[in-house]
Amino acid sequence: MSKGTLFDKVWDLHAVGTLPSGQTQLFIGLHLIHEVTSPQAFAMLRERGLKVLFPDRTVATVDHIVPTENQARPFVDSLAEEMMQAIEQNAKDYGIRFYNIGSGSQGIVHVIAPEQGLTQPGMTIACGDSHTSTHGAFGAIAFGIGTSQVRDVLASQTLALSKLKVRKIEVNGELPPGVYAKDVILHIIRKLGVKGGVGYAYEYAGTTFESMNMEERMTVCNMSIEGGARCGYINPDEVTFAYLKGRDFAPKGEAWDKAVEWWKSIRSDEDAVHDDVVTFDAAEIEPTVTWGITPGQGIGVSEVIPTAETLPESERAIAQEAYHYMKLTPGTPIKGTKIDVCFIGSCTNGRLSDLREAAKFARGKKVAEGIKAFVVPGSERVKQQAETEGLDLIFREAGFEWREPGCSMCLAMNPDKLQGDQISASSSNRNFKGRQGSATGRTLLMSPAMVVAAAVKGEVADVRELAKKSVAP
Amino acid sequence: MNQVQQISGRGVPVIGNDIDTDRIIPARFLRCVTFEGLGKQAFADDRVQASGQHPFDLPQYQGANILVVNGNFGCGSSREHAPQALAKWGIQAIVGESFAEIFFGNCISIGVPCVTATPETVQQLQKLLQEDPQVSMTVDLEAMEVHCGDFPASVSMDEGLRQMLVTGTWDNCGQLINYVEQIKATASKLPYLHWDPATASY
Repeated sequence: MSKGTLFDKVWDLHAVGTLPSGQTQLFIGLHLIHEVTSPQAFAMLRERGLKVLFPDRTVATVDHIVPTENQARPFVDSLAEEMMQAIEQNAKDYGIRFYNIGSGSQGIVHVIAPEQGLTQPGMTIACGDSHTSTHGAFGAIAFGIGTSQVRDVLASQTLALSKLKVRKIEVNGELPPGVYAKDVILHIIRKLGVKGGVGYAYEYAGTTFESMNMEERMTVCNMSIEGGARCGYINPDEVTFAYLKGRDFAPKGEAWDKAVEWWKSIRSDEDAVHDDVVTFDAAEIEPTVTWGITPGQGIGVSEVIPTAETLPESERAIAQEAYHYMKLTPGTPIKGTKIDVCFIGSCTNGRLSDLREAAKFARGKKVAEGIKAFVVPGSERVKQQAETEGLDLIFREAGFEWREPGCSMCLAMNPDKLQGDQISASSSNRNFKGRQGSATGRTLLMSPAMVVAAAVKGEVADVRELAKKSVAP
Repeated sequence: MNQVQQISGRGVPVIGNDIDTDRIIPARFLRCVTFEGLGKQAFADDRVQASGQHPFDLPQYQGANILVVNGNFGCGSSREHAPQALAKWGIQAIVGESFAEIFFGNCISIGVPCVTATPETVQQLQKLLQEDPQVSMTVDLEAMEVHCGDFPASVSMDEGLRQMLVTGTWDNCGQLINYVEQIKATASKLPYLHWDPATASY
């Protein structure tokens, strides 16, 4: 059993008591809601005649169904419009802070909470969205929940949960050029599997994570769930504090000093006990691309799509399913795979540093003919800052469309969808069958820089080669 | 809440590891403000791809109420729409090799037990259901056994959660709101609620 980890400390502090089932009743410090998984929860509250116990600890926005082109109301999609009206009404009825479109602060829920300083170390954070693990980047215990649990948090600000084990994933060393946080997490999932993390919280430790900025750390923690771990976190440090300082909801003045002191105290102890420890070397990680239908089916861009014989017995059936669905041939290089659509955005890679990095490679280049390429900023603030820096112009000049903020084609609940069996190079988090809006659509996950490389070449390409050509004379 | 002790009826096998919640209910069907009507959309895209041969479409499995699945079932998105869609199609219990955590919790929240069995047991159950779709099947949460015709096997589930289902106390919401005083006491210990002016009074 783990002892002295950040997870243990935060868990214990938030434990209200032990329920008859043996589960812990855990206080939720910050509850984030969006339009897709909350309307039924409010309906259940109304049915039971319950109120929201701590309305100040729930924050709402809209992201999943938001169109990224025409945002005029009412939305063209009447179902999406109905969901918009439901969250507007619920936020109003229950006195919940709501960042609507046009507020200047709307965006993907896992982008806006950190950027406003709502997400802080030592908190428990829940949201009806599996990528809530993102917030673990701050040293929070953050996880996704279902709609009945959204109801539970609204009604009681608590959840009934069983404590997780803690696995320390240590990555040390400097990342080679062209290798990003996205590649690190894709590599970890490839090695530990898509269900390797079930029952665990992942604690990411080591010099590689220590030298990442907060947005890179968010990319890593974001995809913990793709490895089966409901939450993943990084111990808070000076990078965390520097990021938080001055943000809207960060403590101010005297409270700031107290906060930093407390945040330091909740870090995993030097002699903390983890249930499991796994170690990787950053130097081994390549720009990584998925070739299959689970995020664990990833390979380095210079590798070939694995043949069934080279895979462990347990992975062969899903590999066969993937070859068939993806229409890719085992034994052939992933590099050179023709693509149709390029998507930069999502809660994984839709932040300012992602757009800056992508723009660096897009500058002065052209999207290959016949490729649809678009950039969806993670939030209104990200969009505004990117425009201030002229990133939108770089993208537009290169042939990318520049859109309004939202989840967009990560899950294609809005009009942004693949058509037929189109294949996308995507900076998002899931390559599941049908994920990007077409039942036969195909997704290759990669870093935003790699998406740009794919857009420019019209096929999967190695960003390190593009970089060589970008070097100014 | 009703006691969930024994689910009897017929089984339906859905074969494959890592079947994610996007496959159980594609995202476009989440454009709704109630869970009504999701049953028809369960496995929608997989069913189209299988051209009528998906178990949820085959006539011999219509009316089945026990789903038998393989490893890491329900991975991916936290959407409760997934278990809701299965439940509305008619599923009352799921037997699998393993389940993704959020999906598992969502099932318990709506009173649908997910029990695990060894890969050999699950594969045997799937084989029996393919050979004789009409065979009677029971998931017994009191004996922690599954019966498929003459084939018996033991199944597992967290003991506390099993108790909740068996005794009809699986409504978390009803329990959690009983402890408002304790909840407030816990909140008062949390440093970060004190330095947020909006919540300093808690």
